[in-house]
This record gives sequence, C-alpha cells and structure tokens, in this order.
Amino acid sequence: MNHLAFPTVSLRCLPVWRRNLRVWRKLSGPALIGNFGEPLLYLLALGYGLGSFIGNVSGLPYIVFLASGIVCTSAMNTASFEGLYSAYTRMAIQNTWGGMLATPLSIDDIVLGEILWAGTKSLISAVPILLVAAALGAVHDGYVLGVLPVVFIIGVCFGAMALVVTALAKSYDFFIYYFTLVITPLFLVSGVFFPLSGMPDAVRIGAQLLPLAHAVDVVRPLMTGQPLPSLTLLYLLVPLLYAAGAFWLATTLLRRRLIS
Amino acid sequence: MLCDSQMQPERVVDARGLTKRYGAQTVVDNVDLSIRRGECFGLLGPNGAGKTTTLRMLMGATPPSAGELNVLGFPIPQQARQMHQRLGVVPQQDNLDPDFTVMENLVTYASYFGLRGAALSQRIAELLTFANLDAKAHAGIGALSGGMKRRLTLARSLINDPDVLILDEPTTGLDPQARQLIWQRLRTLLAQGKSLILTTHYMEEAERLCDRLVIIDKGRILVCGSPAELVQQHIEPHVVEIHGRGMDEWFNVVGQQWVQRSEYAGETLFCYLSDERLLLNALCERPELHFTHRRANLEDVFLKLTGKELRE
Repeated sequence: MNHLAFPTVSLRCLPVWRRNLRVWRKLSGPALIGNFGEPLLYLLALGYGLGSFIGNVSGLPYIVFLASGIVCTSAMNTASFEGLYSAYTRMAIQNTWGGMLATPLSIDDIVLGEILWAGTKSLISAVPILLVAAALGAVHDGYVLGVLPVVFIIGVCFGAMALVVTALAKSYDFFIYYFTLVITPLFLVSGVFFPLSGMPDAVRIGAQLLPLAHAVDVVRPLMTGQPLPSLTLLYLLVPLLYAAGAFWLATTLLRRRLIS
Repeated sequence: MLCDSQMQPERVVDARGLTKRYGAQTVVDNVDLSIRRGECFGLLGPNGAGKTTTLRMLMGATPPSAGELNVLGFPIPQQARQMHQRLGVVPQQDNLDPDFTVMENLVTYASYFGLRGAALSQRIAELLTFANLDAKAHAGIGALSGGMKRRLTLARSLINDPDVLILDEPTTGLDPQARQLIWQRLRTLLAQGKSLILTTHYMEEAERLCDRLVIIDKGRILVCGSPAELVQQHIEPHVVEIHGRGMDEWFNVVGQQWVQRSEYAGETLFCYLSDERLLLNALCERPELHFTHRRANLEDVFLKLTGKELRE
C-alpha cells in the first residue's frame, strides 16, 4: 500500500462528521461556553479597555477593528483544539477510529470527516461572537454573512494542520509545543490586534505566507463594510492550500501510524 | 505447516505464505490458513505468538509483508473495503462510544456501513433482544457491566449482518455467567450459518466452540485440527495429577511403570497414560498421596506443544 498517495475524497466522510456532531449535540452546553467565552472576554476587555487608549486603528474604532480578528482567531483556536485534543482522544484513548476502520470507512474518510468537523466547530464558535459583535455595534455591513464561509475555511485549514500534529503525538503533552510554536505566534502576527503595516518588512512578508493573515484581511472588510481586497479569492487560496497539504500529510502519517 | 480444509471448496479465508515482519522481527512467519464457511475457527497461542497480528491482517487492518490473502473472495488488503461490508469485528479492547447510549452506539456504527431507515430500526430491535439489552437501549455506556458491554460490542459487530465474524478474545475478563451467555449467542450465530474466527486464552472456550483450530507459537502454526483430533493425536488419553508427601520416591519405584510420560508443574506431577486403571488402583493404597484423574484435554496439548514456562 502506498502511504503517500493523495487521499481519496468521498462522501463516506459524512458519517464521521455526523458522529462528531451527535456527540457535540449531547455535550453542547459546556462546549459552547468554552468555545466563545474566552474570545468574548478578549473582545470586551481589549476592545473597551485598550480601545479607550488607542482610539481609531486603520480608520476603525478599536473594538470594531478587533472584532474581526477575534472571529478569525476563535475559528483558528476552536479548530486546532478539535484537531488536537478531541481527535487524539478519539484516536488513542477511546479507539473510535479503530472501530471505524473495521467498517468500510478508511483513514482518508476519517481524516476528511474530522477536517470538515473542525470547520463546522469553527462556524459554531464564530456565530455567537458575530452576534455579540453586532450587538456592540462592531458589525457594520450586510455582507457579514460572507464571513461564515471564510470562517469555515479557517477551521478546515487549522483542523487539518492540527491533525498532522495529532498523527505524530505520543501524548497530550505534545500539543503544548504546537500551541506555543505555531498557534500563538500566528495569533500575534496576523493582524488580529494591530495592523501589520507597522511591522518590519520581514514580519509583514512572512505573515503573508501564513494562513491566518489572509483570512483576517478578508473577514475585516466583510464585517466593517470597507472595500474587499481585489484579490480576495487568491487570498483565500492560501489557507485552502495549507488545508490540502495538511490533509495529505495527516492522511499519510496516520496510514503509517494506524495500519502498518 | 499447512492448515487446509479439503472437504468443502467454499472458503471464507484463504491465506498462503502469510508473513508479517516489523523490522528484523518476524511476527507471523509463512502461515497458510484456510477457513470454511460456517465453521468456528480458533487461533490459539501464548502471548506474543502472532494471533492478534494474524487477525489484524485478516481484517485488513495491517498489510502482510509477504504472502497471499483472500477473505470472502476479496484480495486483502487491496479490496478491504468491499470485504468490510460483509465482516463483523469484536475487538479485544472495548471501543464503544462512551458519550452515547446503547441505541446511539448501534445507530452510529450502522451509519459507517451506510445503513439507516426503517430496516435499520428493525435490525437494531432484533440485535438488542439477541444481546439481552432491550431494557438498556437508552442507558449510557458507563451504566453497563463488563458483560453487557461485550454483548453490545457483539451486537454492534452484527449490525451489517456479516458473513464472517472476527472475535479477539471475546470473553476475556468476564465472569462465568457472562461468558456462558456469550458462548450461547456464538453458537446461535453458528447455527445461522455465520463463520466465526476467534482467538482465546481459554482452552475450554476453544474446545466448546471451535470446529477446528490452530495452535500458533513464534509466528508459526504448530498444529491444526478439531479439538478432539488434536487431543487424540498429540497426547495420551488420560491424565492423573498427583501431589503429596513421598510422591517422588513412590513414583520412581512404583508409579512410573504405568505412565507413558510425566512432567512436573510446581509441586504437582502430571502423568499422561493410555490406561489409567493400574495406576489408580496403586494410588488408592497410598492415602497420603492426593490425586485427580481426568481425560486429557486441549490445555494438555497446548502446554505440551508450547511449553510450561511463563510467557510475558
């Protein structure tokens, strides 16, 4: 068997997605609070607290500027958490994937189902934040529904990347490296808290190669009514390419880990 | 060694030269297996003998390093997916979904086979009855006993009405009552014409359930046959276990003459013999010697072939 073959994309991933949805529906109360409680605190504390010192950023009240970034980072964190801790539990602790592999489902189907689920979780976490942001007057435009597909793409991208790490993990402890070395730096250099225009060129250009900055660049105008970048679709291609690469890599690593 | 079934042409498993290597270590070494439709086939062996790896290859969970493997007519691992449609698996390690009820576990597992709708509801109702879990349909997994979980896993493995059922140590860790119930259900499945492939450490279980079995050690098949055949071919028909003060001296002078083969296990002497009467008469005259007489069984064959030393 060729572990390196690009994974098959099939509707068989849907039962995997539906299984996770079914679990989430049973446990949704605490999960929801966990998902949007923290980003909400950031939005309120920094938006008002810091915002009162800062005033306007890029022509926007700070809380309005921040809200779009928080939506994106919340999507990123939710998907990462799902692809790391929750997926690892299903793989190594509950052996859920082992059970699936005894049925007509393959590793490709499981990985794709998990990635789509991570995207769905990101949507679930973004919607309440959007609602709160709207209530605070931080959403200025009818295009705001356009945020949802972008949030889904962020979730898919970071869910897939997290599954690569899960495929390599020996225990939960491993994930702290990923958060410290990948997620937190991305959080800080992707235009969430401050525009990248003030950063040194190296950081600014480097951030353009990473998946989160582009998503923020698209979500911010959608939420605030500023004009969209002219290359919007090209911008979204970056997280999609990351997602495709990570899908392939996670599948390859998991084939090696689970069926050798 | 070849374990072949010449009688019936229809085989659910056909393996030739099945081999699995991990690095320099050969875990399964050139095994030939042929399992007939409708039989219960056992894989026995000490820990680390290669049983579970063999099962994992049969169910397409790990590709063989060498050899040819067909399960239900499908080449494995190439067509594992098609084969999985008609296969049921009861794994050694419990992997029920702890967040779901009994019913939700069955519905979710069925979805992996693309099963849904009225036919599925009907099937689930039947399986709950089969597994004696009607009253527990809406109970969480945490509320089930070990025996109930095993029965649920068995019911779950039958959701797609498989032709072949693979069971990896199906009764390990269960109390005797729970074990009896599982045995009874497995016999029902055999009566329905399903083929069972199981591993077990309980010789009694193998003797009761298996039509044929292989004993594996160090990745190779040592013997193959029905439990009765193996007992007949590989061991004297009677066993007398003796212990007590002065046994060694008595045995060397008197007892030995009637015994074909003897072996110590701890302080007990196991005597294997074809005619037990003279030895038993002599033992009756020595009240200080304690003894048990029984027919030779599969466990005697197993210990003779794989040795009495501890495997870890």
